[in-house]
Parts: sequence; C-alpha cells; structure tokens
Amino acid sequence: MDLTRTEVAARRRGAAARFGLLAAPVAFFAVFFAYPVAAIVARGLKTDGTWHLARIGEVLAQSDVRHVLWFTTWQALVSTALTLLVALPGAYVFARFDFPGKQVLRAVVTVPFVLPTVVVGTAFLALVGRGGLLDELWGVRLDTTVWAILLAHVFFNYAVVVRTVGGLWAQLDPRQEEAARMLGASQLKAWRQVTLPALAPAVAAAALMVFLFTFTSFGVVQILGGPTFSTLEVEIYRQTSEIFDLSTAAVLTLIQFAAVGAILAVHAWTVRRRETALRLVDASVTARRPRGAGQWALLGGVLVTVAVLLVLPLAVLVQRSLDAPGFGYYRALTSEDGGVFLVPPIEAIGNSLSYAVAATLIAVLIGGLAAIALTRRDAGRFVRGFDALLMLPLGVSAVTVGFGFLISLDEPPLDLRSSWILVPLAQALVGVPFVVRTMLPVLRAVDVRLREAASVLGASPWRVWREVDLPLVRRALLIAAGFAFAVSLGEFGATVFIARPDRPTLPVAVARLLGRPGDFNYGQAMALSTILMVVCAVALLVLERLRTDRTGEF
Amino acid sequence: MLLALREATVRFGGRAVLDAVDLEVAQHEIVCVLGPSGSGKSTLLRAVAGLQPLDSGRVMLDGHDQAGLPAHRRGVGLMFQDHQLFPQRDVGGNVAFGLRMHGEPKRRQAERVQELLDLVGLPGARRRAVAALSGGEQQRVALARALAPSPRLLMLDEPLGQLDRSLRERLVVELKELFGRLGTTVLAVTHDQGEAFALADRVVVMRDGRIAQSGTPLEVWQRPADAFVARFLGFENVVEATVGTEAADTPWGKVPVPEDAPQGTRTLLVRPAGVRLVPADVGLRCTVAARTFRGTHVTVHLQPPDAPRLEAACALRDAPETGDEVGVEFDAAEIVVLA
Repeated sequence: MDLTRTEVAARRRGAAARFGLLAAPVAFFAVFFAYPVAAIVARGLKTDGTWHLARIGEVLAQSDVRHVLWFTTWQALVSTALTLLVALPGAYVFARFDFPGKQVLRAVVTVPFVLPTVVVGTAFLALVGRGGLLDELWGVRLDTTVWAILLAHVFFNYAVVVRTVGGLWAQLDPRQEEAARMLGASQLKAWRQVTLPALAPAVAAAALMVFLFTFTSFGVVQILGGPTFSTLEVEIYRQTSEIFDLSTAAVLTLIQFAAVGAILAVHAWTVRRRETALRLVDASVTARRPRGAGQWALLGGVLVTVAVLLVLPLAVLVQRSLDAPGFGYYRALTSEDGGVFLVPPIEAIGNSLSYAVAATLIAVLIGGLAAIALTRRDAGRFVRGFDALLMLPLGVSAVTVGFGFLISLDEPPLDLRSSWILVPLAQALVGVPFVVRTMLPVLRAVDVRLREAASVLGASPWRVWREVDLPLVRRALLIAAGFAFAVSLGEFGATVFIARPDRPTLPVAVARLLGRPGDFNYGQAMALSTILMVVCAVALLVLERLRTDRTGEF
Repeated sequence: MLLALREATVRFGGRAVLDAVDLEVAQHEIVCVLGPSGSGKSTLLRAVAGLQPLDSGRVMLDGHDQAGLPAHRRGVGLMFQDHQLFPQRDVGGNVAFGLRMHGEPKRRQAERVQELLDLVGLPGARRRAVAALSGGEQQRVALARALAPSPRLLMLDEPLGQLDRSLRERLVVELKELFGRLGTTVLAVTHDQGEAFALADRVVVMRDGRIAQSGTPLEVWQRPADAFVARFLGFENVVEATVGTEAADTPWGKVPVPEDAPQGTRTLLVRPAGVRLVPADVGLRCTVAARTFRGTHVTVHLQPPDAPRLEAACALRDAPETGDEVGVEFDAAEIVVLA
C-alpha cells in the first residue's frame, strides 16, 4: 500500500504545480483588475456603508442613458454587419487565391488592427472631417454623421475577420468540397453544404469579437462622435472625468460588464464548437491563381476596397502631417509650448516606448504562466473557467480600470499612485488576453507524446519544457510579445487617467493636441499620430515575418 | 530478472486496461507482447516507462520497486509508435538528446551519435532535418535515439507499424540481428503476429488487459492456449467438441485426435493443412464457397451442410474452383485439442 500512497503524492505534486503556475496570474488579476473595478463600483453605489442598488433603476430610467445604450448597441450591430460584408470576400481571396504581393497585402491589412484608436480617429478626421480630403474635393463632411464611426470600425476590424475566418478557410481541405461535387452537388450547393457549416463557427467567433470591440469602442467615438454620438465607454468617461457623477458611471460600468460577460460567454461557446474535429490541411496547398473573369474581378474588388478603406485614410494622415513647410509640425513637436504640455510632445515617444516595454514584460510573464497552466492536461473546470475570465479585460471599460487604479491603489501597502509602474500595469492588463490567446493554441498543439519521448530519454519536467515546449512556442511567444507591445502603445482609455501630466504617452498626447483649437495643434496631432502609426506598423511587420501559422484569433 | 511486473493494474474510469498482469523479462531477452488494439499492450509499456501510474501492483527493474520514480529517472528507453522525433532538431540533435540529458561530454556525444547512425545504416544523416526523412529513415533515427543512452531495457511500441510490408519484413530481420549483437533487452508490443514471431524469443499474447498465453513463438503457434489465441493467430477452424479416446464429436462429424489428447468437452483446432480434400463421394461433403490466393498456396473456404465453414490449405494446382463439390477428411497430426 506504500505504492498507492506514493502515486497519490505524485498526483498531489501535479496539483501543487498547477496551483503555483496559476497563483501569479490570479493574484495579478485580483489586485489590478477585480479590486479597482470593485472599488469604483462601490464608490459609486455605496454611501455611508449601505448599498444603493435602487440607483441602477434610476439611472436606467434616464432617457439620455437609454439613448446611449441604444446607440452603443445598434452602432455595434451595424459595424459588425458592415465589417462582415466587406471583409468576408477578403477572407476568401486571402484563403484561396495565390497572387503576387499576397504576403505584403496581408501585412497591410493587419496594420489597422494594431493601430491605436486615437490614430484611427485622427486618420478618419483627416479623410472625412472638417477640411479633410472629401471636404476639399467635394465638400462632403462625414465627421458629424455616424458614418465616420462605422467606417472607422470597419477599418479597424477588417483584419479580425480576414485572420479568423480566412485562416480557417485556407486550411479547410478542398477535397471535402470535391467529394460533395462527386456525389452530385453543384458548386454553390457544395459550398453551402460543406464549406459554410465548417466556417460558420469561425464567422460567429469573428463577428462576436468585432461586436465586442465596437461595443466598447472609446477612442474612435471620442474623436469622431462629437457631442452627438456617445457609446457606453465614452459616457463612462464623460460621467467620471467631466461631470463627476460617479454613481451613474458605476451603473454604466456594471451594465457594460454584464454585456461583455454575455458576449464572451457566447464567444467561448463558439470557440469550443470550432475546436471540434475538422479536416485541416496545410494552408499553402489550398491556394491557387484566380481563374476566369469572375475570380479576377473579385480579387480586383478586394484590392480596391483595401486601397480605399484601409490605405487611403492612413495616406491622408501622413500627407496632412506634412502640410506645413519644412516638416513644421514635426519640428513643433520638439519645442516646449508651456500650455497643455509640461514637456515637448516629442518626449511622449520615449515615454510610450519605455511603458510598452515594461507592459510587454508583465503581460508575457502573466499571460505565459496562465497559458502554461491552462494547457496542462489535468486542467479542471476551475482552470477552464479562468480561461474565460482572462478575456474580460478586453471588454471591461478601460476608463473604469484607469480610474479604479487611481482611487484604489492609493494607500499602503499598494500606494502606486505616484509610481511609473501604474501605467504599464494597466496596459499589461489589456495585453494579457492577447498573449494567452496567441500562446494557448500553440501550446495545446504540442503533442503530449513528444514530451513523453523527452522524459523517457532522461529529461526532467523543467528540462522537458525547455527542450520541447520552448523551441516550439518561441515564435508564438515573440508574436504574443509583439501584440502586447502594440496594444500597450495604443492603449488610451486607462492611460488617459493615470499617465502623469509630465509623462504623457503618444495617444494621450495626440488626444490633448486634438482637444485644442487651431490648425497648428491639429497638424501636430497628425504628425504625432503618424509617428505612432509608424512605430506600430514596424512592430507588426517584424511580427509578420515571424508568423507562420495563420490560425490564431487575432 | 531485469523487469518484473507484479499484479500491475491500471484502470481508466472503472475499466481495467491492465488487469493484474504478471510479466518477467530476463536480461538479453526479446519479449513481444501481441494483442489486438485495445488489449492494453501500449498501457503496459507506458506503465513500465513511468508515463502511466499504476492503480495497484508494482513494476520492478533490477529488483527495485519503481513506484513514484518519474519517467526520466527509470533508465529505460521507449520508441514511440509514430517515432515522435523532435521536429526542431536535426537527426544528430535527436540522437544526442538522451546523451545530453545524462550530461555526457560533447565529444563523447558526437562519437556516440556517429556510432549509432552507422549502426542503423544512416552514416551521413547527422545534419539532415527530420521532416525530410522517409518513414523507414525516421524509424531508424528513432531507434538510434532510443539506443543512444544505452537503456537497460528498450521498449518498442508497434515499432514497424506504419511502414510498408516489404520494408517491414526487411527491418524486422535487421532489428533481430542488431539486438542479438548488442545484447539489448527488449520489450516490444505489436498487433502483427508475423512481426512478433520473427522478432521475439518469447511471445506474450494479451487480451482485455490480461495475459492469455506466454511462450516461445513455436509453442504459441503449435499449441494456442485457447480459442481466442487461436483465432487471433488467424486460425478459423475452431469449434466446441466432445473428445473421446480416438476421435472427437464435432459439427463436422467424427474428427480423429492425437493419442494423448485430453478428453471431455473441449475446444478443437483443425489447422488448414489438416483439412484434406478428397473426391466428393468420400468423407464430409462440402461446397467451395471462395478461394484466396496466398502466394505459396491457396486457402479454400468450404461450406459443409449445417456446420461452420472450414478453411483448407492446398497447393495451387490441386485447388478446386468456386462452386465445386468436394469431400473432406481430417489429419490427426494437424489437430490440436486446446486446454
């Protein structure tokens, strides 16, 4: 019976190792996510030690709040539908066609996704806003209409659909469709009966991600929405920082929390559906050159869409930033103006980069540990639940998190208010879901028996990880780090609260410049946005070179 | 005994995949575990390797209980069914892996890698990528990798399972020679009886997590322990019979039995060679239902009236056509009364 005891001990060691791996991520999320969010909700709804839950009903009864809710929902629905409409042909073209310059185009398409919302907002302002390209050419201005917001959302999320749906589409075995054809199905029927059902979960997952991103949209709406259009997130920001109505902000935060939780639950369900057995093949063997006028026209249409919708706004942004003679706007960034900024705006680049490096390190460490814990074969129900929880920061109001940091991390032992680490911590929170999502599929794909083979050859568990897992996930790790870096560079909602006035990040500096009147500030905002775009695009292009598998979600 | 299993039991959700298995392997012995898929043979290897904890019983290596000892400290080798070569390392890196884990110096590693690649017949392959290897080459690299740290026991999981037939037949001879030369102790599992008989000093037949029979290939082939083993070895003429002193009552009528056969209600095996074809008016009258060409002979499937089919082996030029009526007589020398 000694033996049974040792086996039990071995199993206990496994459980202890799992707990050890999860301890850091759990503690991180408890202290830097759950606690600040809970604190701000309590601040809003609790006075003199009693909860005022009736406040929820009162806030919901206000017509302007109901208006915000309604607008948030319908713009997210329309944005999602538009994105699918525009991007699904693109997904097909990327999955099934082979054409020169495909790799470059794939990178171009992905750039918008990692661009900071502030840059996207600015770019569309330059295209459709007052004095924008359309205004100059035809006197058309869209910045006061909902169209600017919708177009910016499509711009942003085009890559989500192309990557999620196209990635799977490229790996679907074309012989499945051929088998259906041999059994007498027409081309269209074969597609409807075989390909579409296989794609449906991926389309659903992509649609939900787009809905989530547009439902919680902040930077874009803040810049393009003007006084007329406001999403929940923008309204939370307004209530918190302009009207100082914390109880309304708290109720709105709870509403957003519930909505995001529901979206993520549905998302997790579709992901599970997608993981059901599909016959996947190497993506490189399924694509071929377009044949016939119809296919060439489709390819042409997709290229034109990409040019007009994705490339043009960025090109206009760059052009506008160069409007002043002799790089005037760029040079102006280096001078102290004493007004809104305590420092020359150009210093924001250094701030952003150093914050982003710190945030990336934190996100990779926390996300990596969580991913390893989630991959373990003995992961139980609790661990799987944690998987879904890790996604929450993607959708919970960044503004709430930022403000929550300010009011909750202000007393010992966690007095971080004046510490520089506060900004990277908040940014890492948003980066962690990306790290987990990128690493999890790769870690899960490592054959258990490969680990066993190493272990039988004499490798200890730690050695197994270093010799087998690490080389296989190194690439994914770098990609994850790149995403975390880009996310942290662009993070706006939380940073705007906690960045110290003398250490603004790039997006914060852009927003401040835009908030001031005059062409000169406007031009500087364009210039700073261009710099931010270039930094993000470079980070992404480095990633693109590293990336070989295209099944990831982002 | 190098390896001894004592009542080793593994349960997956209440079902015993290994059911109180006792097994011993002596030094330099080659033992093949033979059984259909799902009989627990892979689990047996994993339990010895330390990859699958036992629910009860014990695994002893050199007389030491291995309970609680993790896989990397057991000093046994395991060659996986689909090789599981490390994709990110070249051939040399794969073969050297175990040596590195055991802290061999670099120079010694290089020598040993070369030695093993020579041994498995791939002398120039050190720098090649494993993805570029053919199935047979991968199998050789996997073997070299498993042999490199000189494990005291080498275990093979369906070592030749994925290779085509001619390669398999050649490799099995090579393996047998190699293990004989090196004096390797081997525990292999396979579902292919030809492979097992060619490779093994001793064959262990498994069924539903239990050992059905153990013996030399010749013993197992000549005297299958029961109907299951006989059928698994490919014998079809297995029936219940009442055995008397000189003959047995079977659905096929009176069948002669060897003199020392045990009496009573028994299972009777008639080898195909023991089914002699005679003119239709003599012996048991049968219709030829089908014939299968086997290269050296023809297997004829015979349908007697109101009795199970019989399989007979006959020379190509004597084989009757499908639909012919023939008679059947039995040869006592090819009849086995199973225990």
